[in-house]
Amino acid sequence: MNKSFSIRFVSFGLLALLIGMLAGILITIQYLNPGFLKAFLPFNHLRAVHVSSVVSWIILSAVGSIYFYIEHDQNNKIFSKKLLQIHWYIYLFTGLAILWSLFSGYMGGREYLTFAPILIIPILAGWLLMSVNYFKTLLNQVKGWPVYYWMWGTGIVFMTYHLCESNFWIFSHFRHHFIRDLTVQWKSYGSFVGSWNQLVYGIAIYLMARLKGDEHIAKSKTVFFFYFLGLFNLMFGWAHHVYIVPNRPWIRMIAYAASMTEWLVLGSLILGWIRTFTKAEKQNNMLPFRFLVVTDIWIFLNVLLAIIISIPAINYYTHGTHITVAHSMGTTIGINTSILLSSIMFIVSRLDANCLRKRQKIISIGMLLFNLSLFVFLACLILAGLKKSDMMYHQEAVYFADMFKAITLYIWGFLIAGITLYISILLMTIPLFRILLRNCRS
Amino acid sequence: MENDKTHEQRNVVLTRQYRIILFLLVATFFIYNTAVYTIGTRNNLPPMSKKAMQGELLWQKNNCTSCHQLYGLGGYLGPDLTNVISADGKGPNYVKALMVSGIRAMPVFNFSKEEQDQIVAFLSCIDSTGYFPNHNAKLHFSGWVELEYKTIYTESNE
Ligand code: HEC
Repeated sequence: MNKSFSIRFVSFGLLALLIGMLAGILITIQYLNPGFLKAFLPFNHLRAVHVSSVVSWIILSAVGSIYFYIEHDQNNKIFSKKLLQIHWYIYLFTGLAILWSLFSGYMGGREYLTFAPILIIPILAGWLLMSVNYFKTLLNQVKGWPVYYWMWGTGIVFMTYHLCESNFWIFSHFRHHFIRDLTVQWKSYGSFVGSWNQLVYGIAIYLMARLKGDEHIAKSKTVFFFYFLGLFNLMFGWAHHVYIVPNRPWIRMIAYAASMTEWLVLGSLILGWIRTFTKAEKQNNMLPFRFLVVTDIWIFLNVLLAIIISIPAINYYTHGTHITVAHSMGTTIGINTSILLSSIMFIVSRLDANCLRKRQKIISIGMLLFNLSLFVFLACLILAGLKKSDMMYHQEAVYFADMFKAITLYIWGFLIAGITLYISILLMTIPLFRILLRNCRS
Repeated sequence: MENDKTHEQRNVVLTRQYRIILFLLVATFFIYNTAVYTIGTRNNLPPMSKKAMQGELLWQKNNCTSCHQLYGLGGYLGPDLTNVISADGKGPNYVKALMVSGIRAMPVFNFSKEEQDQIVAFLSCIDSTGYFPNHNAKLHFSGWVELEYKTIYTESNE
């Protein structure tokens, strides 16, 4: 069995996470002390490195996990190993090109995709290769698809579409009209995140079904209902990003109505799973299981925040403040990263269960630190956001510099929590990394 | 045996239903997208000038968004610039002076006179599209917010 290519994706993803988090710490220091590293790594470059790297972490580890599950865990005969290899090499070189583009300042794209816009072409090519391989592999071999196959397929197709949409600004129909351009830009980002959530939640459901040994979890009518609800939200729920942008009200009304139910979905699923989890199995699959359990708490907290800030009258006060950052970091770290780390732990347990068991203690300490740090991290952002909002709307003529000063204390808290979060990620990922690297060349 | 067969039949029926739901969702999405790309985002402003679009490219190449927001969207190291052109005591000359001199965390950009004009044209264009923060918005008990608009809707600007 040649597992190396799916494992390379996952390992590259972990590397992107470590680079991205380090860049995150450095830009927070620059945020507090603008002179720091300014000459070598200016903030506007380094922030783009941070954003692109952490997005790459989510995408690469999700893609690698899906390839691994299809081919090596489910033992399907993959349509073309060649396409998979080409996909890997394209993403390897594109990843390096993105880093080069951002460090050298040869940029030109927009938020999230700040690198030289031409690099979107190999990224899209990778998604096309994956979709050919995915559908060619599964359409004939598998009858009565479990929900995660639907979710991964949906994620791959919509990811491709929304990546294209995020580049519609090259057409004059969009660029000539700023409000249209801005609306469509944030439409694409919202749905882009919705698409990767399809991949990541599909992985969570896959893990549940596997750990419990119960395929029914992934085939019930309820789980399909939630899948369609999630897709509905992906399509029509994005406009809470632009509640304040003067496009036509119906766009925003639809988004208000289609509030963020997707998070509840997974919460209810995992809760149901825990209820029926037997003790004997629990011992066998300790690490990925425990991480998924804690994800529940983050889902609950993030659902609550997401619903609150999707109400336009509340969004009015929270938009453009650090509360929005708390929402995006809460979901990408608390939910996506937790699920993807569980997925990697599961993969590693399939590669070398013994070695993983030996490292269980250090990984457990990492998990605890991760969750505690994340709590402080998000609390600081929310407090900073509340303060900023209060100054923006309830005080007359606020100077930017004063506002900045007023939240400095919270940003310090955020920085310290960010550093401990990084340490916790190192504690968890270094042991995983070592096992993965050993299998990259098999 | 009998059980397996009914199970499989049930699966086939369900899969067909799921495909229909998926098809309907995607069809609705297609219509909805078309509306968002056209009537949903129209206003009575003239198309952005060439100069302003050049300014926008400079904005992107220098990643001004990493520190600044437009309509509250972007990084938080610097202030929102949606209405910097029309703000009391600011305006085009202030913007030009700031870009080439820098202040506190704001970097110094070595823009030519022409480039400075392009950035100002871009920011002026944005200023004409609306307000942020939207201080005169009406908040309703239903949770809805009625924005104050600078522009009006017409069908004639395409
Ligand atoms: C590294 C972060 C950073 C980058 C990148 C950056 N700025 Fe700034 N900018 C700032 C900060 C911080 C201020 C506020 C300075 C102060 O008043 O304390 C500022 C202020 C401004 C102001 C004055 C706003 C006001 O309301 O007073 C303008 C205009 C401006 N920047 C334009 C730009 C443009 C155009 C670009 C891109 C070419 C850019 N900035 C890139 C950080 C940045």
